[in-house]
Amino acid sequence: MSIGTFRSAHSAVVDDDVAALEAGLDALDTPTRTTLPLLARMRRSVLPPIVAVLFLLVVWIVLVALHVKPTYVLPPPSDVWATFLDYWQKGAVQEAVWNSLRRAFVGFSISVVVGTALGLLLAQSRFVRTAIGPLVSGLQSLPSVAWVPAAIIWFGLSDAAIYTVVLLGAVPSIANGLLAGVQQVPPLYLRVGRVLGARGWASIRYVVLPAAMPGYLAGLRQGWAFAWRSLMAAELITFSPELGTSLGQLLQIGRELSDMTLVMAAILMILVVGVGIELLVFAPVERRMLRSRGLTTGSST
Amino acid sequence: MTLATVSENQQWAVADVPDSDVAPAIVLSRVTKRFRGDEARPAVLQDVSLTVAEGEFVSLLGASGCGKSTLLSLVAGLEKPTSGTVSTPGGRAALMFQEPALFPWLTAGQNIELALKLRGVARKERRGQAEHLLERVHLAGQHGSRVHELSGGMRQRVALARALGQEARILLMDEPFAALDAITRDVLHDELTRVWGETGLSIVFVTHNVREAVRLGQRVELMSSRPGRFVRRWTVDIEGPRRIESAGVAALASEITDDLRREIRRHAAGADTEVAS
Repeated sequence: MSIGTFRSAHSAVVDDDVAALEAGLDALDTPTRTTLPLLARMRRSVLPPIVAVLFLLVVWIVLVALHVKPTYVLPPPSDVWATFLDYWQKGAVQEAVWNSLRRAFVGFSISVVVGTALGLLLAQSRFVRTAIGPLVSGLQSLPSVAWVPAAIIWFGLSDAAIYTVVLLGAVPSIANGLLAGVQQVPPLYLRVGRVLGARGWASIRYVVLPAAMPGYLAGLRQGWAFAWRSLMAAELITFSPELGTSLGQLLQIGRELSDMTLVMAAILMILVVGVGIELLVFAPVERRMLRSRGLTTGSST
Repeated sequence: MTLATVSENQQWAVADVPDSDVAPAIVLSRVTKRFRGDEARPAVLQDVSLTVAEGEFVSLLGASGCGKSTLLSLVAGLEKPTSGTVSTPGGRAALMFQEPALFPWLTAGQNIELALKLRGVARKERRGQAEHLLERVHLAGQHGSRVHELSGGMRQRVALARALGQEARILLMDEPFAALDAITRDVLHDELTRVWGETGLSIVFVTHNVREAVRLGQRVELMSSRPGRFVRRWTVDIEGPRRIESAGVAALASEITDDLRREIRRHAAGADTEVAS
């Protein structure tokens, strides 16, 4: 039997048919995707949190109206708002938010660099993983405020002390996130990569890192939360006029003046900024990535 | 139509090429493969020899655990044999799996472009070549589709296009259609036959589906499990185009199925004697 004749007899008949058949099957089998109109999506995703916030405000107002506690302990929302406006007009709010955000940004950026390098090292070397893996995980559960006294003794009341605390808070989360992401890469992807000719760095660059992206992003997101939290703890304690106004410092001033309205205004600002960055930066990036990989349904988020 | 049983010997000489005037693409010579920590059981592959000619389509058939996939890994260079030699005079081998294994962070076209890039194709040529490869598997216009937006059959065709993009002369296929529905599988059989006709690739197609093995292959090799060996070989000599339901395919398939069942029953007997001893 000659391979050549066998092949040509074979392919002549099927050729035209296959294309049409495949086109039909493709049309029938392709998963369909439905997207809700913008208004309906807004109603689904924006309405519930607004309702929740309004509900909490009502509870707050009712508690104040019932005189559960004296107003210097539990001030009404209107007084907190008045204090906020007062500090806003003095420019203290803007300066505090700017200073804290700047530090958070710088601290988080350094944490990303260090955490990513550490995560890669942990993922690549079994020795390093066995040696310091448990330590890195352990650091995650150590409240970073515990580092503040040490940082102050090492670096004095300075930005360096604050950044030390932020890094110790954020780096373990980022490193662990990347490590978890790498460890969850399906072995099949690595095999495919090798068959395609990806070895060594090419395998890491084109297969491992993109495949580990969901875990890494989750780590970054958690790292941001830890960085922000650690920053507030550090700013609260590392109190010095040279460091300028910051959100943590507003809290401390409120405490010293026994001004509950300022304390609550500062808490709310810390919350709003932290949640705002989370919602405006991390949530959309993560959602986009998961959706492009088909890991979420497009409309239900 | 003739059904030809070439031989019932357990091993083949290295030079035992069906079309002796054609150069070999793959040569396995007395290959044994054991995995570490698995020395107590019979070898996954025991003293196996196989020659695949340039442009030949060979179906490897066998029950689970007969080392079919291991054999492909050896040819692809993903594993090393414990003893014996594996050579591929036909050049590098592309490998397709049961799962399409497309990377979900890339579009269909980008998946193919990655294969081109890793092969060293220049950036500005990749896009065009990927489009062309997609056309080859009747997926023109799907370059920007996300993997999860494609059906199972379409994903496997993208995987085929990616394998073709490797420009390998050998294509190894590890039950690539096993997870697809019957209609889609049928169409992909046509597709694969067509691509093989156009490219003249040497193909080793692993399956546990007897009809599929006969439908596609010019030669069917039946393997036994633990130890993995070649038990029997059939040359598929059916005139004209074949379908999975062709009478010739059915007749040969039923003959092969009898042998396959005998192989599987032998394992039950083997298990009994092990218990008895």
